[in-house]
Amino acid sequence: MMNLFVLQLLNGVQLGVLLFLIAAGLTLVFGIMDVINLAHGVLYMVGAYLIATFAAATGNFWWGLLLMLPAAVLVGMVLEFVVMRRLYARSHLDQVLATFGLVMIASEAVKMIWGTSPLSVPMPEILSGAVPLMGPLKYPVYRIAVIVAGLAVAVGLFVLVNYTRVGMLLRAGATNRSTVSALGVDINRLFSVVFTLGAVLACLAGALVAPILSVDTGMGESVLILTFVVVVIGGIGSIKGAFLGALLVAIVDTVGGVFGPIWLRQILDPAAAGQVGRVLGPMLVYILMAVILFAKPAGLFGRRA
Amino acid sequence: MTHKTKLLTSTVLAMGLAGSAMAQDVPAGASDDVLKIGLVYTLSGPPAALGEQARDGFMLFAEKIGEIGGMETEIIVVDDEGRPDLAADKARELVQRDEVDFVVGPIFSNILMAIHQPVTSTGTVLISTNAGTSTLAGEGCTPNFFVTSYQNDQIHEVMGAYAENQGYQNVFLMTPNYQAGKDSQAGFKHSYTGGTAGEIYTELGQLDFSSELAQIAAFQPDAVFTFMPGGMGVNLVKQYSQAGLTSIPFLSAFTVDETTLPATQDAALGLLGGANWAPDMENEANETFVTEYIAKYEHVPGTYAMQAYDAAQLIDSAVRKVGGDLTDRAALMAAIKEADFDSPRGDFSFGPNNFPIQDFYLVEAVKREDGYFGTSIVEKIFDDYADNYADQCEM
Repeated sequence: MMNLFVLQLLNGVQLGVLLFLIAAGLTLVFGIMDVINLAHGVLYMVGAYLIATFAAATGNFWWGLLLMLPAAVLVGMVLEFVVMRRLYARSHLDQVLATFGLVMIASEAVKMIWGTSPLSVPMPEILSGAVPLMGPLKYPVYRIAVIVAGLAVAVGLFVLVNYTRVGMLLRAGATNRSTVSALGVDINRLFSVVFTLGAVLACLAGALVAPILSVDTGMGESVLILTFVVVVIGGIGSIKGAFLGALLVAIVDTVGGVFGPIWLRQILDPAAAGQVGRVLGPMLVYILMAVILFAKPAGLFGRRA
Repeated sequence: MTHKTKLLTSTVLAMGLAGSAMAQDVPAGASDDVLKIGLVYTLSGPPAALGEQARDGFMLFAEKIGEIGGMETEIIVVDDEGRPDLAADKARELVQRDEVDFVVGPIFSNILMAIHQPVTSTGTVLISTNAGTSTLAGEGCTPNFFVTSYQNDQIHEVMGAYAENQGYQNVFLMTPNYQAGKDSQAGFKHSYTGGTAGEIYTELGQLDFSSELAQIAAFQPDAVFTFMPGGMGVNLVKQYSQAGLTSIPFLSAFTVDETTLPATQDAALGLLGGANWAPDMENEANETFVTEYIAKYEHVPGTYAMQAYDAAQLIDSAVRKVGGDLTDRAALMAAIKEADFDSPRGDFSFGPNNFPIQDFYLVEAVKREDGYFGTSIVEKIFDDYADNYADQCEM
């Protein structure tokens, strides 16, 4: 049981850093720009399709990853310029409608360009295989690499937000947008930077996960809801909150999802235990969210409006 | 007569006529001199690869011989899109509008259940080249429904019997949480009496198996048995090998085959499966089939292709036996039932419920000499094996 717990903890951290990459952009966009972006999951999917395309074209995962980044910047900038810019002054309902429309357009577009069959991305040779953990336990090298990459990005973001000029504007924007604008900062350019940064992070998450999962059109929707939970738990606009929230949510989800069915199997038949246990993990996530919001209504690191 | 009465009378008359047509059991298209065959396969969406193999297998024989059964042949291919409602409509169109003599297909059991009644009730012959649901093998059997694949439970029973032979005491079972997944575990336990290390039901369509693999790693079972068709299987196999679990025997059904191997490649090498045939079987009919198939489509055929190829051979042999006269239904059914053709799988005959009696093998994923990935026979598990439902069938 101890072995299983350790493995699930690692799986939880791995899912956590991925959720963080997606949630970081979402929380900034929501916190600073006050835009609810339902299409954020689309960027995650696009990242995976981009790396699948580039990796297939060059025959190499690393080239794929390298080419994916500028393409992601381009996607983010175009999206901001064409759609998002028109939504800043609109009501939240308009934003939800517009970005939901974007979700549908994007998934149809992806189907038209890449087809409905799932794509797969080859794993880089150097990161395939598994390392011995303890006793007979092994853990895939690639998942460890994902954890390391995610943590590196988290550190980079932390430095960016706390020690640079852009970061200062980001923090200021998240606290009080109108004052920042009144001080003569080009708020449109700031927004453009924030949105593009968020888009690149989400695309990166999609690209990192592509060799583990098959790349298909539904992948964005499945993570989006968990990401929203992360943002709410962490506090809207807080990168630190997004990081802690992502780890918390992911670990509760993976550990609860495995131990739930195991405990339930002692009182229920396997099929029913599987069914009930499977919802136990996600259910615990929402209970966690309710408890945190009860204690801190603005989330862990959120500021009261 | 009022309008309503007229309407009612004509409806009754139409139904009466339809009823009498059914009683004669001679479909409308039987008397013309064109042999019309409708193929119903899933040709779009994620499982399209399976349907395409089946269609290609059928067409390989049809195009080689030109005139099936010595008659002018017309083949209509329809895509059921994996939707039972759509499949039933298209099957009705084939039977009633196009007046086909044979309907061949489908891949999936839920589609078979949807098209079975619309096709067989008109007297048209239905040949399933993959799905073999238990209800149609037992109480629901009909004289004009034939199966060239297997009864669904049998592949799972093969793996159970192998685990039993190996003396495994603690096997980890993992299947998706839907009817076929539950049937799969039941089928495995039908021929396996040892204990289980865990019986897991995953969400249908699940793609990340990290939690399940963590449990397998922690429990260290004697073997893993799974049934993960399509994309689920591709992901599971890749992650299983990434997790370094390949030292634990991986027994599977419909998970490691010629449709998933191009995607999993090296990750699947050495994984075990159950099948009624493999492309490396040594007999003349098989060598012809596999060589011609690879030459034409540039990939290795799977069981889906082989079973559809056999359906084409079966129709050809039966129509030749009756000399192209499709109006004598009893003679036609008898001719089909004789199964007088050389199947690439070797021994093949029909049981009392029109399901095959054949041998089953343990197969392993290998890299072939020609560079393609494929399955290869390891050992024979069952000889002349019939399904468990045949004695419930009364025709």
